[in-house]
Amino acid sequence: MSGYLNSPDGDWFNNRLKGTMFFIIIAFFVILVRLFYLQMIHGETYRELSTNNRIRLQHLPPSRGLIYDSQGDLLVDNRPAFDLLVVPRDAKPLDETLARLSSLTGIPVAEMRGRVVKKGGENSSRSVVLKRDIGRDLLAPVEVHRFDLPGVIVKVRPKRYYLNPGMAAHLLGYLGEINTREIASGEHPEASVGDFIGKFGLEKVMEPLLRGAQGGRQVEVDVRGRVIRELKRVEADPGKNIYLTVNTALQKRAEALLKGDVGSVVALDPQSGAVLAMASSPTFDQNDFVSGLSYAKWNSLKNNPGRPMENKATQAMYPPASIYKIVSSIAALEEKVVDRRTHFFCSGQHAYGDRIYRCWKRVGHGTTDMVKAISQSCDVYFYEVGERLGVDRLAFYARSCGLGSPTGVELAGEASGLIPTAEWKRRKLGRNWLSGETLSLAIGQSYNLVTPIQMAMLIASVANGGTIYQPYILGKVEAAGGAVVTTTHPVVKGHLPASKKNLALVQKGLWGTVNSRKGTGKIASIQGVTVAGKSGTAQVVSKGWGRSKKRSIRKFRDHAWFVAYAPVEHPTIAVAVIVEHGEGGSTKAAPIARKVIETYLGKEVRDD
Amino acid sequence: MIDRRVVEHFDWGLLLITLILSGLGLVALYSAVYAGNDPSLRPLFAKQLVWLGSGMGVMVATFCIDPKEFERWTPGIYAGCMLLLVAVLLVGRVVGGSRRWLAVGSLTLQPSELAKIGVILMLARYYARNATTRGLGFRELLTPAGIVLLPFMLVYLQPDLGTGLLIVMIAGIMTLFVKIERRTLTLLVCAGLGCSVAAWIFFLKAYQKQRVLTFLNPDRDPLGNGYHIIQSKIAIGSGMLTGKGFLKGTQNTLSFLPERHTDFILSVLAEEWGFLGMVFLVLMYCTLFIWSLNIAHKSKNTFGTITAVGVTAMLFWEAFINMGMVMGLMPVVGVPLPLVSYGGSSVVKSLMAIGLLMGVSMRRFKK
Repeated sequence: MSGYLNSPDGDWFNNRLKGTMFFIIIAFFVILVRLFYLQMIHGETYRELSTNNRIRLQHLPPSRGLIYDSQGDLLVDNRPAFDLLVVPRDAKPLDETLARLSSLTGIPVAEMRGRVVKKGGENSSRSVVLKRDIGRDLLAPVEVHRFDLPGVIVKVRPKRYYLNPGMAAHLLGYLGEINTREIASGEHPEASVGDFIGKFGLEKVMEPLLRGAQGGRQVEVDVRGRVIRELKRVEADPGKNIYLTVNTALQKRAEALLKGDVGSVVALDPQSGAVLAMASSPTFDQNDFVSGLSYAKWNSLKNNPGRPMENKATQAMYPPASIYKIVSSIAALEEKVVDRRTHFFCSGQHAYGDRIYRCWKRVGHGTTDMVKAISQSCDVYFYEVGERLGVDRLAFYARSCGLGSPTGVELAGEASGLIPTAEWKRRKLGRNWLSGETLSLAIGQSYNLVTPIQMAMLIASVANGGTIYQPYILGKVEAAGGAVVTTTHPVVKGHLPASKKNLALVQKGLWGTVNSRKGTGKIASIQGVTVAGKSGTAQVVSKGWGRSKKRSIRKFRDHAWFVAYAPVEHPTIAVAVIVEHGEGGSTKAAPIARKVIETYLGKEVRDD
Repeated sequence: MIDRRVVEHFDWGLLLITLILSGLGLVALYSAVYAGNDPSLRPLFAKQLVWLGSGMGVMVATFCIDPKEFERWTPGIYAGCMLLLVAVLLVGRVVGGSRRWLAVGSLTLQPSELAKIGVILMLARYYARNATTRGLGFRELLTPAGIVLLPFMLVYLQPDLGTGLLIVMIAGIMTLFVKIERRTLTLLVCAGLGCSVAAWIFFLKAYQKQRVLTFLNPDRDPLGNGYHIIQSKIAIGSGMLTGKGFLKGTQNTLSFLPERHTDFILSVLAEEWGFLGMVFLVLMYCTLFIWSLNIAHKSKNTFGTITAVGVTAMLFWEAFINMGMVMGLMPVVGVPLPLVSYGGSSVVKSLMAIGLLMGVSMRRFKK
């Protein structure tokens, strides 16, 4: 203790307390002065502002970014739409105003009253939407009689407009009115009831880019709710414009080719992964969603067996069928269970255990090596390969080729597909893997499932010599003024697990598919361009069914696959096509692939 | 356990001031929740009555306890408050982007409010033992710095910088009250300025900087805080000398005022009761603070004196900052007006603070 004498006593504290009290009194004096200033000196002004006039906050919505294709052509635009609103408090007498409005527009008074009552009552100072998107025929009389309609407001609102209705609908997506759950989620901090947000496709995924930032203004309004003057203003920050990698001509062509069928076409630039076209059939008109879908329309979309709301390119999973032989070939060559000289004899069937596994070609392919097996899609050759590889080695190669997980393209809800392993089957089905199943697996006909975009990515990687590029749709982002904000650079996801030499062998097989005498994809050949590809026919029900019976019922017909790339020397396009229940990959899917390539490369279009 | 002499010295004056301020709060709250168009606010009035009732209970319980007992329990109380602050960070409820509330059944508790009391008691205990007329030196200030920094950091992480700074400011008044050596004080002021600059550059989040900048220049954010301040100023100014009358406020009914039942309750009062009403309110607060400093003066025990000063500092800062904020003199930070604003934790804490003052006051003749 530095001294008992120094310890504080009552008198000492008393002095310190005086200081504290002085400080407090000064502080409250300042408060009183401020109050005097606000209430006594400027009281009149503030009273005026609070009674006769009102200062209100109005939001200035940003204009949503536009969407262009790779050529700079506009795909998605904003067009003005006119909403009819009323501020009940300013519309006194309300009934008279509504009656007058009803006689001008034909909207029943009861309907408008109902909306006012539901949204806060007759004294609410918040505007209530009476009718959305009134046409110009209703707009004109309302504008003319503006001064007889106190509190009635016509609000111009940009409305999303899709220039090519139905085109690339799954890719572009659509806007819809925000719902309470989305407001509560906190993902749209600036949005309020009545705002439109991206609900599907790129409109949803790119929402943060397209949306922009809200502005606003403080305005003084008179008793009738009309703006007298603007006090402060913060401009809205318009959304960014985005340019897609999609080629509109190609997209339109792909969709036309799929018309009437259920299926998908994905075209990639094999040198970058850029999506050139992504079609999913059947499609829908996005403008219907923006205007508010009728119940009947929604029901017809929902009940359509072709599932129009599903983006088949990324969300639908199919057995890969013979396309999978590309993966099996790579695995077999890399694991050295076969080499380029290895050949098996195909008699049209292969006995394994107590079962007979058939080749699609009943009479057999005879002596078959790797290149021939790919070109003619010999099942027996790949039964032998599957038997030697085993399920887990095959699964490893499939995964390394980018299968079994989403490709990472900028669309929400992408499916993973499925690459079965022995462990997977034990866990999921509670049974052991049967070695016979590996045989089916090697020809893509077991539990394995893939999406069209995965197949496109696979064939693009084979085409470019083994680099797996992540598919992407967003080419570049521009600010509203035209300055480029970002340009997408291709992302290398990985490399095919194949040596140059082995991949060349597979490529030779794919070349043979289209260009050899007995190739299964000859129909895809184009005059003047060398195309390589692979066909596939995915069984929907097991082979036990009679062929005639399967044909007669559409939903039991096989799915038709075709993947291709061209020109072989320096590929600029890779395509994957699937037609659900299209039966033969060679007959139904290959012509579509060919025409897509022809369109892209600007070749004469053959009609057949 | 309470002897008769203590009961005889019950501080009726302090109780009266407390009741008047709470009453003003109820009048304003009634206006705020019943005059508007938003029926969802109405149940808040009954809720506030329940909170005031429980607060009074806490107040009675608090003044029944001898401050000397409190001094003994202080480390435990402080530790308890810190644990609650940690709990809030772990399992607290997130409202408006920050984690400030603990849910206990259907009640929500804001532990940062209680932490203010914890810090006041802990500091009072330390200063009661270490203060000298010479003033505190740098070394003697290390412990108090720790006592304050721990809750400051925990509250800052919620994040609630406003309450964190308030804790520091309460501690500041208490520390200045017990005196700091002149040399140390000069050093601290310089260091404080340096820290503020560093904090601006490194620690403040964008929205916090935005608040300060908006305060300095409301034009920066005319759609957010700037708009709230302008509406609040219109409400206050339009009250003029006598006000528009109970339930007649127009700014209030039009829902122009944000948080009008909590942080902006003063605007409602000022609009309806005018300058005269405000003068009355300000005088009530002044009386309360002078009364409580007088309690500090009369206390025979140093812990009691410093506690009373701390409690006064807390209520003073809250009242001053809140008033300054709604009048556009200070940045918009979420500080309620003590005893007047709606809010369970704030009411209970304020009444507990009054209870502490009463406890000190009642025992002023005891040695």
